[in-house]
Amino acid sequence: MSSIAGSGGARVKTAASVARRDGWLRRLPLLPAFVYVVIVTQIPFALTIYYSFFSWNLLKPGSFKFAGLDNYANLVTDESIRTAVWNTVVLTVSVIGISVVLGLAVATLLNSEVFGKGLMRTLMIAPFLIMPIAGALIWKDTLLNPLFGLLPYFLKPFGLSRVDWVNQFPMVTVVTVEVWRWTPFMMLIILAGLQSQNPEVLEAARVDGANSFQAFRRITLPLVRPFLELGALLGSLFVVQTFDSIYMLTFGGPGQDTTNVPFLLYLVAFQGFSIGQASAIGVVAVVLTTIVATIGLRTLFSIFQVEPRR
Amino acid sequence: MSAKVVAPRHFPTSKVLWSVVGWLVVFVFFFPVLWMWLEALKTEPQAASSPPTILFVPTLAEFQTVLSGDFPPFFINSAIASLMSTFLVLVLGLPAAYALAIRPVKRTRDVLFFFISTRFLPFAASLVPLYLLARDLQLLDNIFALALIYTTINLPLGVWLLRSFLLEIPPELFEAARIDGAGFRHEILRIVVPLIAPGIAATSLICLIFSWNEFFYAVNFTSSVAATAPIFLVGFISGRSLFYAKLAAAATLASLPVLMAGWIAQKQLIRGLTMGAVK
Repeated sequence: MSSIAGSGGARVKTAASVARRDGWLRRLPLLPAFVYVVIVTQIPFALTIYYSFFSWNLLKPGSFKFAGLDNYANLVTDESIRTAVWNTVVLTVSVIGISVVLGLAVATLLNSEVFGKGLMRTLMIAPFLIMPIAGALIWKDTLLNPLFGLLPYFLKPFGLSRVDWVNQFPMVTVVTVEVWRWTPFMMLIILAGLQSQNPEVLEAARVDGANSFQAFRRITLPLVRPFLELGALLGSLFVVQTFDSIYMLTFGGPGQDTTNVPFLLYLVAFQGFSIGQASAIGVVAVVLTTIVATIGLRTLFSIFQVEPRR
Repeated sequence: MSAKVVAPRHFPTSKVLWSVVGWLVVFVFFFPVLWMWLEALKTEPQAASSPPTILFVPTLAEFQTVLSGDFPPFFINSAIASLMSTFLVLVLGLPAAYALAIRPVKRTRDVLFFFISTRFLPFAASLVPLYLLARDLQLLDNIFALALIYTTINLPLGVWLLRSFLLEIPPELFEAARIDGAGFRHEILRIVVPLIAPGIAATSLICLIFSWNEFFYAVNFTSSVAATAPIFLVGFISGRSLFYAKLAAAATLASLPVLMAGWIAQKQLIRGLTMGAVK
């Protein structure tokens, strides 16, 4: 603006005000959503930080008092947060790892010459659409139940009839149910990648003497790699927050064996009603997630085209 | 010449083989859903028998029990929360997506980043203050308060998704409308809405899936009046044992709306789940 400033006061003023008015007109449609999100997420987060410096139990009236860094000190000395962080990592890494591999395998099958592709895909996405609470309930009570469950019955010939999966292998059970739910998600994304492939390129490779494994490794895999990354990234952002199936299958137990960070927060806030302690866990969870997500979102931005057009 | 004779015979064999493998895999994944349906169609003694009952005369008795019992209010609450939050996401998200796609503001990238970061911020970040606020305003166990929370969860996805659809509209259309003297409101209603009807469908589907299936806020922010369908299913943890058929019937009914919507709109599903990145 300053370069034009010399050419005539009145005209510059109009241009500037028009520009400013235009700027506000452009921003106006954005404001309601922006203000809403700030009010419902950012202000509460500021309060979470504030509460984390206080000792406050909702069940004890008048217990609200300044506690300095006590809540954070508790997190360092108490083993529960370390266990919960470790369980979160184990759960997320294994669920994402397994479901990406399975999703790639199923997507490759569904992209090849098979009978009833459409119906296969339709049935395949059902586990993702089923309400997670309902899915976990079906797994726990009708499939894995040691007395009436279907799996123990079919495993009887192998001497595994009385295995109580939920209690003896709690993490394996949670991972299994979550893999069942997330494999269809990965499959959908990877299948979209495979279908964007030009079949003539593969045909050409075959004519040139490449076998199907070589063609898959050298041509298909590089092509679907962004889709694998996208699926793994979005999936892990969801799986990190797993709560439903843990609540339904194991309730975080036995002991603390399947307590992840969201579940620990639930226990502290809504079973223990320790507002200050829960807030400190919240702050730590946000810091950890931010570190991981910043790396992840960079990748996300390279996958999405986010640069605005002018 | 011999290759020509062998090729057509070789081709169907592999197709049959891979089809068998594929259907086995699909069967394994679909089986829990199928088993849920089968259990729901049994009587209670059949559902809890060992060895499992495979052949039986299907009955809708348990569906009747569930529907004539205390389940409908939970189902209606789920419908209110899902539909209201979806509506709010569209009302707030459409103008925002428009501002970010068609008339980009400064720092569009930062704004997009901000929106999406709130979706993946752990609920730990704002849970406690929101709970205290709802408690102090007497909004615990209020279905409209729950709908507002679901709006917060879905709005970032909605903005990204709607923006990806808006980016596909040629800018010349907007220019033409502006030159013709069309107002902003006119521009939105006559040009934008019809062209991004698929985008609105995809956004609604994703909002429906996430809010209908949501459990964490439902279990902590509601108790009896505003409890949603997943809360009804939790009731089966404590009073288990002989209610497998009823449990399966309730789980089937609770899952039905999202399953049907997802199956009907499979194309929108992929695009929605990837926030518009995969078409």
